[in-house]
Parts: sequence; C-alpha cells; structure tokens
Amino acid sequence: MDEALLRTLTPTVLGILVRRGADFAGAEDAVQEALVEAVRVWPDDPPKDPKAWLVTVAWRKFLDAARADVSRRHREVRVEREPIPGPGEAADDTLWLYFLCAHPSLTPASAVALTLRAVGGLTTRQIARAYLVPEATMAQRISRAKRTVSGVRFNQPGDVATVLRVLYLVFNEGYGGDVDLAAEAIRLTRHLVALTDEPEVAGLLALMLLHHARRASRTGPGGRLVPLGEQDRSRWDTGLIAEGVTILQAALARDRLGEYQAQAAIAALHADARSASETDWVQIVEWYDELLLLTGSPVVRLNRAVAVGEADGPQAGLAALAEVSPDLPRYAAVRAYLLERAGDLEHAAELYAEASRAATSVPERDHLIREAARVRQLLRP
Amino acid sequence: MAKYLLLKHYRGAPAPVNDVPMEQWTPEELSAHVQYMQDFAARLEGTGEFVDGQALSPEGTFVRYDGEGRPPVTDGPFAETKDLIAGWIVIDVETYERALELAGELSAAPGAGGKPIHEWLEVRPFLTVLPTITE
Repeated sequence: MDEALLRTLTPTVLGILVRRGADFAGAEDAVQEALVEAVRVWPDDPPKDPKAWLVTVAWRKFLDAARADVSRRHREVRVEREPIPGPGEAADDTLWLYFLCAHPSLTPASAVALTLRAVGGLTTRQIARAYLVPEATMAQRISRAKRTVSGVRFNQPGDVATVLRVLYLVFNEGYGGDVDLAAEAIRLTRHLVALTDEPEVAGLLALMLLHHARRASRTGPGGRLVPLGEQDRSRWDTGLIAEGVTILQAALARDRLGEYQAQAAIAALHADARSASETDWVQIVEWYDELLLLTGSPVVRLNRAVAVGEADGPQAGLAALAEVSPDLPRYAAVRAYLLERAGDLEHAAELYAEASRAATSVPERDHLIREAARVRQLLRP
Repeated sequence: MAKYLLLKHYRGAPAPVNDVPMEQWTPEELSAHVQYMQDFAARLEGTGEFVDGQALSPEGTFVRYDGEGRPPVTDGPFAETKDLIAGWIVIDVETYERALELAGELSAAPGAGGKPIHEWLEVRPFLTVLPTITE
C-alpha cells in the first residue's frame, strides 16, 4: 500500500472530477471516499493503473451522491445535463487547486485545513489530530471552507503569495499527531515548484529544506530547546542543506528577490558555518536589511538586532534594539541576551525571567527559565 | 489558530451583574440556561472552533506526596477556598479578539428572570509548540 502515491494522486483526481463538471465540494468528498476505499481494497487487489482506478471510483461516488441529493430534491441530475464549467483545460488542474484552497476569502486556518485535505490528501482525522482539535470540529472547518470557495472560478492565475503563506504556516506551525506536517509542507511546495515559475516558490522550498536539515539538532533530551549557537552541527542533514542552497542560488540568480528568498539566504548562511563562531554575521545583517525593506516587519527588526549584536558587538545590538517596540513577543529575551553579552548580568537575569513569563510555548518558556537560572548562578560570589 | 481556555468560576471571580444563586432560579430559568450552554457549544462546533467543554463538581480535595512508602496526604475540602473552578470551554480561534467575543457571548447566558448573568469568565491562552522558523 503506497500511501505516498495515493496522496500524490489526490489533487490530480480532484482536478479531473471538477473538469468533468463536478462541483468542488462534492468532488472533494467523493475523492476522500475513493481514498478510503483504496486503503481498504488495494492491499489485496492492487490496481494496474492507480490513477484511473481512483478517477473511476471517485466519479462513481460523486454521481451516487449527486443522484441521492437530487432525488431528495426531486430534480433531474443536473451534472449530467448541464456540466458546471470548470477551469480552462489548459490551466493545470492541480495548480488551480492550490489557488482555490488558499483563496483570500478563507481564514488562514481554514486554508491550511483545506489544502492539507484537498491537495495533500490527508484525512480529516489526521488533520484534526495534527492540530489537536476534535475530528467533528475539523470536519466542520473543512466543510465551511469548501462552501466558502465553492462559487470561486478562476479565469486568471491567483496570487501565488497566498499559496506560499499557507504552505509556510503548515511548515512552521505544524504540531504533531501521526503526520509529519513539515515533511508534508515540503512535499506540497516541491510539487508547486514543478507547476510554477516563480523564484519565491523556490525560495520558500529552500527555506523549508534548510530549516528541516537542522531538525534533529534543534531539540535535546525531553524536547529541550537547543538554540542555534549550541546545536551539534554534525547532526545537520548536509544533503538537504546542499539541495536547499542549490535551489536558492538558482532562484537568486533570477534577480527577483522576495521575502522567502531573503529568509532562505539567512538560513543558508547559518547552514554554511561549520561552527557558530564562523558564522558570517555581517552578511546576515545585510540580508536582514533586505528583508526589512521587503516586509517592514517588526519581527524582522527584532531578529536583525540579534544579528547586529553578533556582527558589531552587544552595544550596537542594543542600539538596534532601541528601534524595536518593547511590546513584541521575544523582545525581553533578545534584550536579555544582548545585556548578558554586554556584561550586565543582573539585568539580563531579570529580563530572562520576565521573558519566560511572556513566552508563548513550553520549550521556549523552559529555555528562558534555564537561561535566567544560569545567569543567576554566574552572579553568585 | 490559537487555543484559549474560557474558565468559569464558582467562586473567585468578581460578582456578576445578575447575581442570584442558581438554586433560587425557577426550573424554566435553569432549563433555559442549560439550553443556552448546549447551543453555544453546538454553534462553536459548527464554526470549527470547539475543542472541549467540561464541568467540575464543586467538591475537591488537596493531595500531596508525604514521603517514600507513605500514602499521600489529603486535606479538604475547604469551604473557604477563594478560587473554585466550575468548568471550562476550550476554543481554537483565529484571533484573541474572537476569543474575547466568544467569552462575552458565554457570559450572556440567561440566569434569574431570564436576564443575562453577565458573569466574569477568565480567558487564558494555551502555551503552544515552538514554531520551526524563529531566527
């Protein structure tokens, strides 16, 4: 049973159903049912042509549901009489699906859920477990999302930035369950790279690969957070790093810089350093400057202050931090770090403790408490 | 999305506007209140925002370790305990503002005279898992 193959076929089969005239919501339900059927039947009776099998079964499921629906309403089978126009034949069905599932009328969480199901082929149960909500809640979220986009028709390609934001969220805020959402995000982004010709798509893929390469070293025993500077670099996945760097270089060569390429460039500079002390912080600051021009994001400004602190010393870092709003999450943690390096241990310890109380995640909170305790010990005579 | 705990207190929260103890309500008022809570949870499920909802018995006991090989020590219940949790609803919502809005709706559950209780609910964000990309 090749579950990966099954999930790769999901968007293609869905696209074919919609092109044949099925409405998106009905087609999506039918494809899910066909996937469940495949999981049941294939182990004993593998099909010669998995795609054709899925299309046939899904189409039959769709017609059954449509007929049942129609007979309930005492009307003719509309789909057989009057096909709903789908996207143009020339447009790639799968690409269209990415745009639909990331449509701006959806909230980010709905777009994430719909993308994982309709493009990624995950079941509602898997998505629910990944995001730690009951299955019924996730089912509702998905069905509302489907209703929201059911009337959407594309006569021109959407904005790929909306798709990238959704894939970034899947990668960055995936929780757990039995599905590796980071790997899933990479799989979907890889596929999108093959469908489009946008340097930013490649930039996002590079960014994901470069971060994924460090995954094993990012947590210590018991899920303890290991900061970048203390990570065991021999555990970084050099294959993924090489791939990420190659993809990034090709994207940068096209001279259409965007925020994901700039973020990937920063990740690549970290990946490139054999030890934390060999990090090219001067170049990293330059990339943060680019990123700031592109996004104007206060979070970028905050991270830039850390980089400035490494490149030009803690006083310069503190000066850069003065331009950042203290209301930002992690502001106190950054200030504590810079103050410690500047030798002001007393304030650093206080700020680490303050930062731990404002932390939004358990590993971060525990890390900051440990930092506060470590600095306090240095203060003892 | 972010998860929030909407916490309902038997005691410990500031006094509600419609401050009549439940045992003094009419049976119809009680039914209306229960119905409101059920409808609220069902509505949240419909919007894909419901995670969990539970009620707690007011009776509770404090327990602590009392050393190797000894049974745990129990104490209480304490009638005078200042803070007493009655139950909770866990929601998974897009924004903090949405969490406040829902807590506001929950606080409008009807009490004596069929009027909203205006009870105080505590809204507490869950700690999350660390995002992958932080630098």
